[in-house]
Amino acid sequence: MALLEVKNLDVIFKLRTGDVKAIDNVSFTLEKGERLGIVGESGAGKSVTAFAILNLISKPGKITNGQVLFEGRDLASLDDEQIRDIRGNQISMIFQDPMMTLNPVLTIGNQMVECLQAHRNISKEKAKEIAIEKLKAVQIPSAETRLDQYPHELSGGMRQRVVIAIALLSDPAIIIADEPTTALDVTIQAEILELLLNLCKEFHVGLILITHDLGVVSQVTEKIMVMYAGAVIEQGPTEQIIHQPIHPYTQGLINALPQQTIPGQRLNQIKGVMPSLQDIPQGCAFHPRCEYRQEVCSQQRPTLTQYAERLSACHFSQQFLDK
Amino acid sequence: MNQTDNNLVAIENLFKEFVISGSFLDEITFEKGKLIRKRETVKAVNGVNMNIAQGEALCVVGESGCGKTTIGRLVMGLLQPTRGSIHYAGQRIDDLSRDQLIPYRRKMQMIFQNPYASLNPRKTVNYTLSEPVAYHFPELNKSERAEKVAEVMESVGISPKWGDRFPHEFSGGQRQRISIARALTVDPEFIVADEPISALDVSIQAQVLNLLMDAQEQRKLTYLFITHDLSVVEHFGTRVAVMYLGTLCEFGETKKVFSQPKHPYTKALLSAIPKIRTTESKHIKLNGEVPTPINLPSGCVFHGRCPHATDICKQQIPELDSSDSTHRVACHAIAEGRI
Repeated sequence: MALLEVKNLDVIFKLRTGDVKAIDNVSFTLEKGERLGIVGESGAGKSVTAFAILNLISKPGKITNGQVLFEGRDLASLDDEQIRDIRGNQISMIFQDPMMTLNPVLTIGNQMVECLQAHRNISKEKAKEIAIEKLKAVQIPSAETRLDQYPHELSGGMRQRVVIAIALLSDPAIIIADEPTTALDVTIQAEILELLLNLCKEFHVGLILITHDLGVVSQVTEKIMVMYAGAVIEQGPTEQIIHQPIHPYTQGLINALPQQTIPGQRLNQIKGVMPSLQDIPQGCAFHPRCEYRQEVCSQQRPTLTQYAERLSACHFSQQFLDK
Repeated sequence: MNQTDNNLVAIENLFKEFVISGSFLDEITFEKGKLIRKRETVKAVNGVNMNIAQGEALCVVGESGCGKTTIGRLVMGLLQPTRGSIHYAGQRIDDLSRDQLIPYRRKMQMIFQNPYASLNPRKTVNYTLSEPVAYHFPELNKSERAEKVAEVMESVGISPKWGDRFPHEFSGGQRQRISIARALTVDPEFIVADEPISALDVSIQAQVLNLLMDAQEQRKLTYLFITHDLSVVEHFGTRVAVMYLGTLCEFGETKKVFSQPKHPYTKALLSAIPKIRTTESKHIKLNGEVPTPINLPSGCVFHGRCPHATDICKQQIPELDSSDSTHRVACHAIAEGRI
């Protein structure tokens, strides 16, 4: 049994203008210690997927279908009290902006002790000991003195390290990181990514890394899931997806990276924009932007089909595979 | 500096300090029986020399807080330099008054980072785009103005039919196209683009970059392109200036800087770009963090984090060497042949 199994998940937001299907039939699994990357543009449903795992979808959104099985328990059906035992304890989350995540009026130590005491019945002293140990694990120098500092006294990179340390406090089985390096500089980004990767390997923690940057996922994860307009369009081992994507959207995303073109030339762009979720085109959601589209694409929605080790939702994936 | 004849913008020995100690009374402290005035300043830009040639795209790169945006704003006249001078087409512009700057405002335009914040949410696209035209070309009548706006909208891929819409009706990429259109409506010669693509998705980034490159070709524009994303620079810039803590550490032709980076900081920056299709990351780790720009390190500002730092680096500020004018670097270790 997989550690985490998401099955046919649907999330619908009920708006005045009609229902919006933010997540459409998303399924994936995560084994113990495995690292999965969820890639897509803004509005593709990456973050909603992560929120749905932890049952954090608030009104007007609702999980209307599907299951989130964690160690066999369906998280989507738990009530607030029960989910608290999982959230921040067995599955923890790292958000994009560390300054928004940390409480500016509490010291780092207070925030860490509070988090530990919420989940475990331990003394303040013991909690502090664990906090220091975790701060050391994320390579924060002079961890003891940091406990008494406030978030504003730390730099952006240090703050994100603290956030990671907090996520590690209760020795979680899975860490969900939602664009953890987007707010950081390149040099800091490289350090944080390396740190995350090493921690996951060392403590055997599963990682779900949400990002729009394919360069980032290709360095850290073992599996990739590409999302477009709320649905999964390609899924499989990182190596294969990066080297031979079989969905035109994934191909477009990879080719749009500046490093994929010869310097000085025009970049390969995907024309058009992602459709609004209220207005998803008939047939394949990607067909108006696709350079390989044929008549079938505008009429029939391709299903997510298995091709050896991976899945792709395109009528012509087999042809890309044979190329 | 070389190439003086075709320089559009010349920046000489530019300094910008921001006072953060507050008002005059806040600065006065009582120490050892004496009243002392203490002034605290952030040294954002420290003695930068740079020239931008006609028709080129000069990229300024560096991490947050290195002073790259401040340089852009100084050049545009949105900030006053503390010391130094800025010349535009041979004319000094940093000491001009607001009124005197007006003709230059037409020639120099700026594109900002966040298209959600830089467009007025209460004005239609038509209004936003025709206002600068009406101001700078008062001789045009209403229909000529509309024609000009429509033409520019067309050129950035926004249908003129959408002119009556408001910014919130557009996506991020479309909004950035509108802000580019706003910069282009007055037929500028020079555009400062301050991180124009960092708020956009990867697939849209490529679209906007291509648009900027096309505009440069068609309108013979000169760009000062400010970014933290080095992988973009390689495609966009003819020359690149790498900044660290308000000083230039490397300045040269993009090809040379990317193929043979010399300065230890540039090397670290280049190695940190996440590369697709390489599994092993070989990034060079720097010690510590960027020091505060309030108390700048003595000597070379990079010495505290540099693996090659020696005593001279701590004492003496390195200058950009002038032996190869197409690739200059400010580093004692390189000048002495240590690396």
